[in-house]
Amino acid sequence: MIRFLFKGLLRDKTRSLMPILIVAAGVALTVLMYCYMTGVLGEMIETTANYSAGHVKIMTHAYKKNKAQVPNDLALLNVNELISKVQKDYPTLKIVKRINFGGLLDSPDETGETKKQGIVAGISIDLLSKNSKELDRLNIRDALRKGRFPEKSNEVLLSDQFADKLELGPGSKVTLITSTMYGAMSIQNFVVAGTIDFGMEMMDRSGMIADITGIQDALDMKNACSEILCFLESHTYDDLEAIDIEQSFNAKYSDINDEFSPVMSRLKNESMMSGYFDYIDNFVGILIFIFLFAMSIVLWNTGLIGGLRRYGEVGVRLAIGEEKGHIYRSMIMESILIGIVGSVIGTIIGLGFSYWIQEVGINIGGMIKDSKMMVPTVFRAKITDTAYYIGFVPGLFSVVLGTMLSGIGIYKRKTAQLFKELDT
Amino acid sequence: MEQNQLITINNLVKNFPIGKGKFTALNGINLTFKTGEFAGLVGPSGSGKTTLLNIIGSLDIPSEGYANVLGMNIGKLNIKNAAILRRLHLGFIFQTYNLLPVYSVYENVEFPLLLINMSASQRKKAVMDALDWVGLTDKIKSRPAQLSGGECQRVAVARAMVKKPKIVLADEPTANLDAANSHNILKMMMKLNEELKTTFIFATHDEKVIQYLKRKIKLEDGKIVKDEIIKTNKEL
Ligand SMILES: Nc1ncnc2c1ncn2[C@@H]1O[C@H](COP(=O)(O)OP(=O)(O)OP(=O)(O)O)[C@@H](O)[C@H]1O
Ligand SMILES: [Mg+2]
Repeated sequence: MIRFLFKGLLRDKTRSLMPILIVAAGVALTVLMYCYMTGVLGEMIETTANYSAGHVKIMTHAYKKNKAQVPNDLALLNVNELISKVQKDYPTLKIVKRINFGGLLDSPDETGETKKQGIVAGISIDLLSKNSKELDRLNIRDALRKGRFPEKSNEVLLSDQFADKLELGPGSKVTLITSTMYGAMSIQNFVVAGTIDFGMEMMDRSGMIADITGIQDALDMKNACSEILCFLESHTYDDLEAIDIEQSFNAKYSDINDEFSPVMSRLKNESMMSGYFDYIDNFVGILIFIFLFAMSIVLWNTGLIGGLRRYGEVGVRLAIGEEKGHIYRSMIMESILIGIVGSVIGTIIGLGFSYWIQEVGINIGGMIKDSKMMVPTVFRAKITDTAYYIGFVPGLFSVVLGTMLSGIGIYKRKTAQLFKELDT
Repeated sequence: MEQNQLITINNLVKNFPIGKGKFTALNGINLTFKTGEFAGLVGPSGSGKTTLLNIIGSLDIPSEGYANVLGMNIGKLNIKNAAILRRLHLGFIFQTYNLLPVYSVYENVEFPLLLINMSASQRKKAVMDALDWVGLTDKIKSRPAQLSGGECQRVAVARAMVKKPKIVLADEPTANLDAANSHNILKMMMKLNEELKTTFIFATHDEKVIQYLKRKIKLEDGKIVKDEIIKTNKEL
C-alpha cells in the first residue's frame, strides 16, 4: 500500500516535483537570509569588538564601574606583566592595549598662540609595532583621507571633519591638553600625520587616533593602560568560549574587594551589546516566523489546489473502502516526505550560496564613494551550525501545515458530498 | 427483519439542509433486494436515485427510517465499519470512471486488493481474472489517458469486480459512452451477474441500460412510484 502510494507520488509531478521545488526555493531563501543576516549582524558585532569591546576586555573594577567617564586615573598598572601572564594562560588570545582619552586639542598659529580649539575624543592603539594588527583590525587603512599613517609616537590621525574644523592638515602641529593618570595637567605636542573618515558621527566630530606609547607618555601611564582587549583566535565572537575565559580569568586574577584588581568582561556583557544580542535573536525569530507564515500560505494554496484536484482520488479511495483517517494520514505522510526532501535540497542550495557569499562577500565598497573606518564595506554571509537545520522549520512545517489545512476540507466534508464533486 | 434479504430499507427519509430549511430528497422508501438481482433505480433527474444509491453504499446515512445492507444498519454504522463494508462487499462504478490517472490499468484494478490482506500471487491472479472478464488483458500497462472511454469504463468495472463484492452500485455508468460501448458494458455486467451471482443496482435514466434490467424501480420526487420485475428481455 505504501509502495503503491509512493509510486503515485513519484509519477504525479504536480504532487511531488512542484511542491518540492517550491519548498526547496523557500528553504534555500531562508537559509541564505539567515546566513546573510548572521553574517551582517555578526560583522557589526565584530566592529564593536574591534573598536572598543574586544571579545573579552580587562579593566580594573573601578574603571569598569565608571567606564562612561573614561577614568584613566583608574587604569590598570603593570600591564606588561599582566599581559604576559594572561598570554601564557590563554595562548591563542590576541591581546592588545588600549587607552581612551579625552581633552582639548589646540591648533596653534606660527607664534604658538591658540588659533582654534576643540574637544577631542581619542583612542590610542599600537600603531607602530611591526607586527601590530591594529590598523587592519580597526579598518583604518581604507579610511585614510589625507596624508599617511603615523610612523613616530608623536604622530596622530585626526578625523577628517575635525581637522577641517580646526583648519589642520597633514604636517600640522597640535597640542593635546588633558590630565595625567595622577591628575596633573598634561600638555603634549603632536604632529598630524593624516586624516581619516570614521563613519560614526561622534567620532567624526572629534576623533583622534594616537599611538599608545605617545599617549602613555602624555598621560604619565608608563606600563599602564585603561583597557586590555583580547580577541579569540577564530576572529568571531563565541559567547561560550568567552564565558569560559571570563570566568577562569576572574577566578584567578580578580578580587572584588580590591577595586584596582583586574576584572574581565565579555562582549555580550557590555551593556549596549546585550540588547543587541537579544535583538539578533528576536530578529531571526521574526524572520523565521514571517517566512513560515508566508510559505504556509503559499503551500496551503498549492495544497488546496492539489487537494481539490485530488477530490476524485479521495472519493475513489473512500468508495473502495479506505478510511478517511487513513487517507488523511497518507497525505500528511506525503507532505512530510516532500517537506524533508525539499528542505534537504533547499538547505544544500542555500548553504551553497551562503558559502559563496561567505567566501567572496558582497562588496558595496564600489557603491560607497569613500569607505569609512567603522562601516564595513564587504558584507559576508556566515554559516553557523543553525544554518544546517533552520530551513527545516519553514520547509517541513509549512508543507505539513498546508496539507493539514487543505486536508481538513476533505476530512470534514460528508463522504457523499465528495462524490457529488467527484461526479461533476 | 428478514435475514435472507441482502438489502432491506424501511420508511427511509433523507433530508438535506437548505439554508434554514430542509429539502426532502427521499420520502418513505420501502425496498428489499435479494442476492443476484440486476435492478435499476430509474426516474427523472432529481428524483433521488443517486441519494438512495449513496445510502445503500454507506456513503451517506438516512435522516429517518432504516437501511440494512448485508446485516449492517447503515444509520448506526461508524466510519470505520462503513469503510470495512465498502472495502469487503461493495463495488462502485461511476459515470466518470474515476480511474486514478497516475496508475496503470493493472494498478488501478489492483488498488482495492491492497486494502484487504491478500498475498501478492493471489492478487495478481485476481487482477488478471478481472481484466480477463472485461477483455483488457492486453492493456495492463496502459495509463487511463491512453484508453478510450469504453475501455476506461471496462477498467472501472474490473476494479469494482476484482474483489468479487456482493453488491455493485453503478451510478449512470453509461452516460459518457456511445451506444456500442454501452451495450458492451451492460452485457459484460449481465454475464458477471449470472456467473458470480453479484447483485447489481443501477441508477440511470438511460434507455440502453433500462432494457437490460430485470427489475425496474421507478422514483419520482423521492418516492417509489413503480417497482416491477421484467422477465422477457434477455435477448437483445
Ligand atoms: N447534498 C445535497 N444538498 C442539498 N440537496 C441535495 C443534495 N444532494 C442531493 N440533493 C437534492 O436531492 C434531490 C435528489 O438528488 P439526486 O442526486 O439523488 O437525484 P438523481 O435522481 O440522482 O438525479 P440525476 O438523474 O440528475 O442524477 C435533488 O433535487 C438534489 O438537488
Ligand atoms: Mg444522480
